[in-house]
Amino acid sequence: MSTPPLSVTPQPSDVQSLKSVNFISGSDSTIRRRLFLSRVFAWCCRIATYSALAALVALLASIIVNCLGRLNLSFITSVNSVDPAEAGILAGLWGSFWLISLTTLMSVPLGIGSAVYLEEYAKDTWLTRVIKVNLSNLAGVPSIVYGMLGLTVFVRMFDLFGSSAAKSKAINLLGIVKIPLPLGDIILAGALTMTLVILPIIIIASQEALRAVPSSIRTASLALGATRWQTIRHQVLPAAMPGISTGVILAVSRAIGDTAPLIMIGALTVARFCPAGIDSPVKLLTEPQRILQAPMDQFTAMPIEIFHWAKQPGDDFSPVAASGIVVLLLVLSVFNGFAVWIRYRTSRGLKW
Amino acid sequence: MVTFIETLRSPIERKAMATSPTTVLRVPPAVAGVDRDMDMSQHPAAITARGMNFYYGENQVLFDVNLTVPERSVTALIGPSGCGKSTFLRTLNRMNDLIEGTRCTGEVLIQGQNIMEPAVDVVLLRKHVGMVFQKSTPFPKSIFDNVAYGPRVAGERNRAILADLVESCLQKAALWEEVKDRLGESAMALSGGQQQRLCIARALATNPQILLMDEPASALDPASTSRIEDLIGELCANYTIVIVTHNMQQASRVSHQTAFFFEGNLVEVGPTTQIFTSPSQKKTEDYITGRFG
Amino acid sequence: MSTARPSMFQRSRSANPKEQLIHVLLLCCALVSILTTLGIVVVLLRSAVYNPGPKTAFFEEVSLGEFLTDTRWKPVERSQLSPEADQGHFGIWPLLSGTLMVAVIASLVSVPTGLGAAIYMSEYAGPRERSFLKPVLEILAGIPTVVYGFFALHFITPMILQPVLKHVFGIEIGLFNVASAGIVVGIMVTPMIASLSEDVLRSVPRSLREAGYALGSTRFDVSMRVVVPAALSGILAAFLLAFSRAIGETMAVTIAGGHKVLFSVNPFEEMRTMTGYMVHQSFGDNSADSIQNKSIYAIGLALFVITLSINIASQWILRKFREVYQ
Repeated sequence: MSTPPLSVTPQPSDVQSLKSVNFISGSDSTIRRRLFLSRVFAWCCRIATYSALAALVALLASIIVNCLGRLNLSFITSVNSVDPAEAGILAGLWGSFWLISLTTLMSVPLGIGSAVYLEEYAKDTWLTRVIKVNLSNLAGVPSIVYGMLGLTVFVRMFDLFGSSAAKSKAINLLGIVKIPLPLGDIILAGALTMTLVILPIIIIASQEALRAVPSSIRTASLALGATRWQTIRHQVLPAAMPGISTGVILAVSRAIGDTAPLIMIGALTVARFCPAGIDSPVKLLTEPQRILQAPMDQFTAMPIEIFHWAKQPGDDFSPVAASGIVVLLLVLSVFNGFAVWIRYRTSRGLKW
Repeated sequence: MVTFIETLRSPIERKAMATSPTTVLRVPPAVAGVDRDMDMSQHPAAITARGMNFYYGENQVLFDVNLTVPERSVTALIGPSGCGKSTFLRTLNRMNDLIEGTRCTGEVLIQGQNIMEPAVDVVLLRKHVGMVFQKSTPFPKSIFDNVAYGPRVAGERNRAILADLVESCLQKAALWEEVKDRLGESAMALSGGQQQRLCIARALATNPQILLMDEPASALDPASTSRIEDLIGELCANYTIVIVTHNMQQASRVSHQTAFFFEGNLVEVGPTTQIFTSPSQKKTEDYITGRFG
Repeated sequence: MSTARPSMFQRSRSANPKEQLIHVLLLCCALVSILTTLGIVVVLLRSAVYNPGPKTAFFEEVSLGEFLTDTRWKPVERSQLSPEADQGHFGIWPLLSGTLMVAVIASLVSVPTGLGAAIYMSEYAGPRERSFLKPVLEILAGIPTVVYGFFALHFITPMILQPVLKHVFGIEIGLFNVASAGIVVGIMVTPMIASLSEDVLRSVPRSLREAGYALGSTRFDVSMRVVVPAALSGILAAFLLAFSRAIGETMAVTIAGGHKVLFSVNPFEEMRTMTGYMVHQSFGDNSADSIQNKSIYAIGLALFVITLSINIASQWILRKFREVYQ
């Protein structure tokens, strides 16, 4: 066939002469400069990223170096003292234990309940929208502001029952427990405050977990004649549980380390006693009636004691503060290890 | 209807249909500027692929592909989904380098240089081998900034030069008349077909010699599709174009040469008329006549 | 009316009383968060702006104008019989300047680091490196703020700031200073900026990156001229959230920032922040009716208003960003 190479012969001016290019790298000086810039930029980003790691290492190192020589078993078996060699974190440990247990007891049902309502029940009404917008705003409120709320509402109860120092009135429960009115600076008040602090975190995490459950599960259950609550209780919640528990653990870890709201409600900074006198796990079994009394006792918490030691003038107390931090971080890593374990376990099991 | 289409056919096409003994498909008219009976051997090669094998991890997706793309022509790559045509296209400007765990053997010669060599500068390569994607991908910037992106990253700062370049590229992409009064507006506001022509203009702005098109019209309405096809016909006077398409009508309309891929193998390649009227392979015929795919 | 999960549950809205009770109970749970917000607002307004009872609120004794314009903070009871010179001053600026200094220094530390880390993790790091870096950032974010206070006081200031300033610039600085507080708060919010920005960067479609590379871009070009501009509003939202976190941060700045109430822009001064003042006052044994006590609520209200406005702005920007890509 003797057809011309192109059916439409282009005008000569249209045809760009093919300029030859050397594709081997380094042949073009502009590109060499650009690639260099790109490499420099990559290194800057890498340095930025690894400086976070460096900060973490420096932080842990400075704490470990400071705690050496002070952290020993007696540190977690004795209460605070004016002598840095004798000060221990036992009171804070038990205070945090009660505080966090109560906080968890209150915040988990409330948080999951809210999330279930918002994800499974709520229609798209103005109220639902207000709740949802409000939640994301609450999550950004500084925890010290919650402290003011706790101080006024729980500790002083708007002064409706007179001054908190008097503790004149009380509700008597089963003859064992007296709930003072107003609450005053007791564990219960701290736990109520802390519940409000972490509630938005739990709700938002649980909402995400519930949203990740495919709606086919709900449809299938409902198709079998289950009621809405049965469907949620037996199908949706179990499926969402890994995500919810991870969120709960992260929220509770935040509560363990949060200090400002507790200080605002007037938790003790120096306490030489454990709540309700329970200073060892054995007493939980031998004197169970004290378990109900502990929430009504005054308290301190681990981060408050650390704060107190850290701001002592001079270096006498810095090993004590560092030791306290090590104990606090150990507790936190146990919690977070648990969260990682749940994530790991479920990543191999349930998969949609 | 058939007679109407017949009248649209070029004499060459009518000749092809008359002379080919086994016409398996009624070939629609070619767009202006495309000769579907082109004799490839007469043309200098723009791209020569030899013995190409491609792997995603352990999974081989291209087997010993040999293909020559002539200069200033349109080569269509057709075949069922997953046949490796897009993978092949993306090796031509080494876009597959961006995907982790891929490996390629064999050679691709452009201007006599094997661009698969590790020493090849992919930035330079991609400037000379432009690409247009299935989904239009305007950057969330103004129309002007979109077209000027390539020259700008390459270091061009002169506003007047950029303005000239933007105008000429938009004209080449047949978009200038529609957007000349709103170059500062966001490219996201353009219609789908306009966005795709903008992407072509943007690719032209780096002054490439080869344009790769990965199903450039598959997301567009028929009117926009036909504009893109006409554009391809115009552009092939100056650029070497390789186009992947699912649409066989489109392949037959816009290409000089067609290559049929199946399960990672290049089954057959030849002048478009020949592939669509008298394919030499049974597989090609089955695919073209719609027995599978 | 449209429902969150349409039609599926409509008919099973049964007359079953147990089901209805559960519905109401769950609604009550959800209302707790509304009550919390109302509680915060009421509590702050009651002690700061207007007290319906016999007692007076803070702004009934101190004018809002004085609070917002005076540059001295000296919380002394006004009714005390004292010479004119010793009258109390209630201008928020010294405390606000401390807070802003911390937040600005924290931003200077965290914005480049966090954004760099986000770009690195979304554009450069492979999956293995990411799976190592992500937990590091999570740990950094999970460390209690009181620990950061200790870190500032026992590492940043004595090991870095003091030696560097002394040997390089010849400046002696005290153990307590705003700079160290700002730096640790910056370290603290870096993971937040990094992970929020990374999410935003990753939501920029892959096709945009490919288009960039296909035009002969280097990684730098794609990152800084395509991906970051496309994600800019989302990144800005992350910066704002982190800034608001830094403003509300309490323990680290209380420990490291020092005690002086000072209106200054010198980062090496000892300065008390708004939150630091609140903590300090709550240790004092002032009665609930004292002006000192009421001033905590006024400062708390200011803190609440500032952080809330920033958060709302950030969420608004983020919503606009999501509308573009989803």
